Amino acid sequence: MRYAARVLAAAAAPVLALTLAGCGSGDESPRGGDSSPTNSSSSDGGELEGDLTVFAAASLKKTFTQIGTQFEKDHPGVQLSYNFAGSSDLVAQIQQGAPADVFASADEKNMTKATDDSLTASDPVKFASNTLEIAVPPGNPAKIASLQDLAKPGVKLVVCAPEVPCGSATTKVESAAGLDLKPVSEEQNVTDVLGKVIAGEADAGLVYVTDVKGAGDKVEGIEFPQASAAVNVYPIATLKDSRNQAAANAFVEAVTSAAGQRVLADAGFGKP
Amino acid sequence: MTRSSRPGHAAYPRLGLPAWVFVPAALGALFVVLPLVAMLTQIDWSHFGALVTSESSRAALSLSLKTSLASTVLCIVFGVPMAVVLARTRFPGQSVARSLVLLPLVLPPVVGGIALLYTFGRRGLLGHSMEVLGLQIAFSTTAVVMAQTFVALPFLVVSLEGALRTGGQRFEEVAATLGARPTTVFLRVTLPLALPGLASGAVLAFARALGEFGATITFAGSLQGVTRTLPLEIYLQRETDPQAAVALSLVLVAVATIVITLTRRSRTAL
Repeated sequence: MRYAARVLAAAAAPVLALTLAGCGSGDESPRGGDSSPTNSSSSDGGELEGDLTVFAAASLKKTFTQIGTQFEKDHPGVQLSYNFAGSSDLVAQIQQGAPADVFASADEKNMTKATDDSLTASDPVKFASNTLEIAVPPGNPAKIASLQDLAKPGVKLVVCAPEVPCGSATTKVESAAGLDLKPVSEEQNVTDVLGKVIAGEADAGLVYVTDVKGAGDKVEGIEFPQASAAVNVYPIATLKDSRNQAAANAFVEAVTSAAGQRVLADAGFGKP
Repeated sequence: MTRSSRPGHAAYPRLGLPAWVFVPAALGALFVVLPLVAMLTQIDWSHFGALVTSESSRAALSLSLKTSLASTVLCIVFGVPMAVVLARTRFPGQSVARSLVLLPLVLPPVVGGIALLYTFGRRGLLGHSMEVLGLQIAFSTTAVVMAQTFVALPFLVVSLEGALRTGGQRFEEVAATLGARPTTVFLRVTLPLALPGLASGAVLAFARALGEFGATITFAGSLQGVTRTLPLEIYLQRETDPQAAVALSLVLVAVATIVITLTRRSRTAL
């Protein structure tokens, strides 16, 4: 019988191992909600109704949920669902045919990917901007006061990798300040940078102003003048494959309206 | 059962498997194989060489192999005694102990990373005492090895414990009655008999360590040559260069396949 067990183990090993190797990076962001084919849009100016799926950059989660709650109150016939993820993930999903009505990107580069593939129905509208800020754990143990302090030896600095938008912004302010930063880690996204600062693993991290504000008293923010060298502009557009163009247009209007802009400003976003 | 009765051999008696079994079996196999084939079709072969031999790719691959090897060794060092204790002794709370040891199997790796952070991080349970001792684990290659060992250890323990249980204790009892000391019995009888189980457990642990992502990114961070293993590099490349990500994924699949095939072959030769 022992042999049988060994055969089983041997047979199971490659299958299991391959699956495991594959699921190591299985943090796929979920696809957006299904918009059912029964979606009806009232294009002739009547009351809006149907499902509306918004694909938005992860940094917009709080503000868009807030704007969306008001939107659903104003248009009771519309059911909103969201997919918040990294902008490049969202573009990739839209390119692969994910059902989405509105796309809001955290940078113009990823919106350009969508317009280049003719996936948008309208010209993208710039609706907000964001700049970098230094985040330190409460009490600022490493006594960071300026961008220059981040280059001091012994300071454990965590930044975004140059491949992602917050990382390319980091590279820009770094060269604007004439510094050569030596981070201990280059993370995949802002959330991972912020996480390491909150946990106290890092002495400082470079994140967006809105991230510092959103983290409340779990981190302290330190502004620096070189931040103006890298301003991220957020564009929003309705998508061509949307089955609910009227509601999609109305949502974009809600984001760019005075009320929508107030919500964004309260969260720390700058003017576009 | 004898060695000649291998499935597929002419000597194997026909067991009359119900025909319908083959339908879900084939579907299941297709479900596993098809995504791999789909990935192959996406590869830009003209640039494949350049993509997988770039500096960052080579750094990630060599780091992955080194750390996975180190964590497999750690899994053997700690996992073999754990499996033996679980398989050969009885103590109160044993089933609870087994469940706890196997917990990383079902835990999302990110949760494992958070747990490690709260234990060995600067502000963690042991972080302060380790800092006093001058040990800095955060953002180091050591942290990568620890994360991999944490998630891979149960694979080795489970395989080996199973092998020890099915193997039984007869030979150990005989050796003991012949006057062999416990250490001699363990090294000369128990371990050699459990070697196939240990080998498949070690391969599983290595493969799991090679694919480790969540615990590493949470606990160790990501820096080229220090903590950015192949899965982390793949995930990062996806941001800017999906082609490179697919090419590197193929490398990971190839390494896993080679390791498993080699081990299986050496085992049939045993």
